[in-house]
Amino acid sequence: MCRLGLIVNPIAGIGGRVGLKGSDGGEIQRRALELGAEPQASGRAVQALERLRSVPRLGLITYPGEMGETAARISGFEPTVIGSISSGATTAQDTMEAAREMKRQDIDLLLFAGGDGTARDIYRAIGEELPALGIPAGVKIHSAVYAANPASAGNLAALYLQGRVTSLQEAEVMDIDEEAFRSGIVSAKLYGYLKIPFRTSLVQSQKMASIGGSGSLTAIAEDIVERMETGCLYIVGPGTTTRAIAVELGLDKTLLGVDVFRVGDSDERSNKGGRLVQGDANEAELLELLDMDGHQAKIIVTLIGGQGFIFGRGNQQISPRVIRAVGGRLSSGDGAIKPWANILVVGTREKLYALGSKPLRVDTGDPALDERLSGYVTVVTGYHERAVRKVSA
Amino acid sequence: MSQDTVDISAHRFTNGKLNLRRYHQAKWDEPVIFELSQTGQRGILVPEVEQGIRDEVGDILATLPEGLRRKQPPALPELGQPQVLRHYVRLSQENLGADLNIDVGQGTCTMKYSPKINDQLASSPKVTELHPLQDAQTVQGILEMMYRFEGILKEISGMSRFSLQPSSGSAAIYTNVSIIRAYHQSRGDADQRDEVITTIFSHPSNAACARTAGFRVITLYPDSDGYPDLEALKAAVSERTAALLITNPEDTGIYDPQIAEFVDVVHEAGGLCCYDQANANGILGITRARDAGFDLCHFNLHKTFSTPHGCGGPGAGAAGASEELARFLPVPVVQYNGERYYLDYDRPDSIGKIGTWYGNASVILKAYAWAMSLGAEGLREVAEIAVLNNNYLLSKILEIPGASAPYAKGRRRIEQVRYSWQELAEETGVHSEEIGLRAADFGVHYWTSHHPFVVPEPCTLEPTESYSKDELDEYAGILAHVAKEARLDPKMVRTAPHNSTIHTVDHDTLDDPARWAVTWRAYLKKIGRTGNS
Repeated sequence: MCRLGLIVNPIAGIGGRVGLKGSDGGEIQRRALELGAEPQASGRAVQALERLRSVPRLGLITYPGEMGETAARISGFEPTVIGSISSGATTAQDTMEAAREMKRQDIDLLLFAGGDGTARDIYRAIGEELPALGIPAGVKIHSAVYAANPASAGNLAALYLQGRVTSLQEAEVMDIDEEAFRSGIVSAKLYGYLKIPFRTSLVQSQKMASIGGSGSLTAIAEDIVERMETGCLYIVGPGTTTRAIAVELGLDKTLLGVDVFRVGDSDERSNKGGRLVQGDANEAELLELLDMDGHQAKIIVTLIGGQGFIFGRGNQQISPRVIRAVGGRLSSGDGAIKPWANILVVGTREKLYALGSKPLRVDTGDPALDERLSGYVTVVTGYHERAVRKVSA
Repeated sequence: MSQDTVDISAHRFTNGKLNLRRYHQAKWDEPVIFELSQTGQRGILVPEVEQGIRDEVGDILATLPEGLRRKQPPALPELGQPQVLRHYVRLSQENLGADLNIDVGQGTCTMKYSPKINDQLASSPKVTELHPLQDAQTVQGILEMMYRFEGILKEISGMSRFSLQPSSGSAAIYTNVSIIRAYHQSRGDADQRDEVITTIFSHPSNAACARTAGFRVITLYPDSDGYPDLEALKAAVSERTAALLITNPEDTGIYDPQIAEFVDVVHEAGGLCCYDQANANGILGITRARDAGFDLCHFNLHKTFSTPHGCGGPGAGAAGASEELARFLPVPVVQYNGERYYLDYDRPDSIGKIGTWYGNASVILKAYAWAMSLGAEGLREVAEIAVLNNNYLLSKILEIPGASAPYAKGRRRIEQVRYSWQELAEETGVHSEEIGLRAADFGVHYWTSHHPFVVPEPCTLEPTESYSKDELDEYAGILAHVAKEARLDPKMVRTAPHNSTIHTVDHDTLDDPARWAVTWRAYLKKIGRTGNS
């Protein structure tokens, strides 16, 4: 007997078709309904659940009505319904309460339908304590916790529940500020990580599994640490790949923030002898450190999310001024700034594969800097392994 | 019903259209051979040694040092000959080998017909009874064959010399990487030139061999049209560049139209250029590595030159070098002094040995026999038919809704295509791997391609010159049928195979070394039994 939890955020995606760029906030939801928007999330959940009908002895636990029960019954399930809602007026509180209750019900996997806002609510409620997987139903999907489409979400959930997929990986929960987005400013933030099933065999052969996973993160970290320079200031962006570098240095990493490290000589380094200069630094603190410190400085960042952004998503603390200040320290004789010279980009092969031949992206908010950063960048993908990728603004 | 009225092709065609096979794989529920063992059973009873000899020689085992003597006899299975024969024939029926199925689904591996007559030739005692320690004088025939085969490879590639010593394609690439290192050492800049550049769709052995040899590896990604990115190469080369290791056509089947420019950019930076010819089947007699400026190249004899793959027999690779680099090739090389063939070890700049002896002689013989049976024009025809077959299959596959050939849209491919079922997967939730499992129900092999997994939901088909139009139609027909099922009856596909011996394989177990048992003895140990119980 396996137990699957299901939460549908019924208003997810409601703003999309009527052009409202999101569905967060009661006012937007009212406007969407006025504009004739129809709820999509339940139908998306049904598409995923249809893939789960063949799973033997599956117990489905869900919330009442539009928060899961309806979709479950349409899909032919007899769900165990818990909790209570005020139909037609559910909020983020309901999503969080449902997720917390699912955790108490000792389920094997939580399947949820929604968008970035829903992923944030789920993350707030369960953190990394429970495996979860998103059915994409929202307007904004920047979070890597969502499958490519409802059918894929259902398939992956079925494989996981039947024990045919057992690996879990941390996937980013991202969201952009909808208010800002509506006025044309993209400001994405990394909120945390959910543990999602990871199907190696979906796209990977048996060969791959042994070289992917946490092994490749360690290999990247060993490469970076090997060539770190004594005294140099390292501004390290958020992410699990950069966290591996901190682990290699024997330091804690603010997973969602920017930390500043310094390393001693190579002996000290190999003994995990990194030093934390500043944890969770903001732009002003970074600029101050750069200003005070006469030493060379380097930035270490990874690609965020599934869109290949190096700058401008989740690491806005490393602002155009910070990038210019770091790059400016290496200005060549003719005074031209070589921005990539002091920026180390790290990323697993799997992340690069997922982007296909799409270019990496920079969106620092400073078009002139973005223009300078465009071209080609070298990404550290393993120990003594690099990839050359195109970068576009 | 009289014989005249029976249409014996009725089950094969309906209204002129090919029907899918009503296939079912044999299932024997056959135990592992160790489990069939019966104490005292024998395949052969070896005659007792005569008493006179016994008296003369004494106890043979007593002459062996104590440490070399077994404490216990080996735990080998004990069976009669007919039991052994039945066991292996049964296992072979539970297989989908190259002799049994339309083997175009193992793309990049160049699965072609290995003529049985060449196997017979290589099985002749004239070959099998040779010993590598025999005096060269007594093996003039095999040395002549190697010398002549080298001549064929030189003609095909334009290179000056080859070593046939590597016993696999990767060993040949490793040979070339070792030559690259020796070359830079000879110029005193090996410490500085420690980077090897390759492309993401090149044969993955290029990156692997370079890393194994201690080089840093830089991988280039394709441009937006899917071609190797010349601008990325320009960004990657520097005074640290040791070499470019590149496959052309790449594993996507796309031929790099700017390959000469790639060579120029690397040469200008002081690096060498090494042409991986694992995908040579579509270019035999059409383009030559040396003519494009390459310094080194290699061939897989078990791909392009028809010798059986892996489990079908040992592999063989051939590493070729330009005149300037030939001095670094492994020792010995076969030389001819106008009268006789001999093994030349007197090569002071050689990288040394890359394998035992002189290479897999029987494999080289099969490749030689294959090339000789075709002749120069025949080899070119191999390439032409392989390319024609591939582009015919491409047109058939692209007719299937949900299938696509990413990159270089609208362009033809050389000898293989990396397809994507992404559209089908998004529409139906059926993945490439599941398509392959269902295809097995119609008696054909299919795989989801090797890494890198840049193309989503991939499959790679390489129909070589060995398959007829009917066979390609049958293969494409099977995939079209499975794609249709994915829409109409996805459960049928997702629970496949139904007509095969094993239903599904648990990949996570396969990926977990802790759960492997690679020998019978290891298995017994894992389940808590000892070897002799």
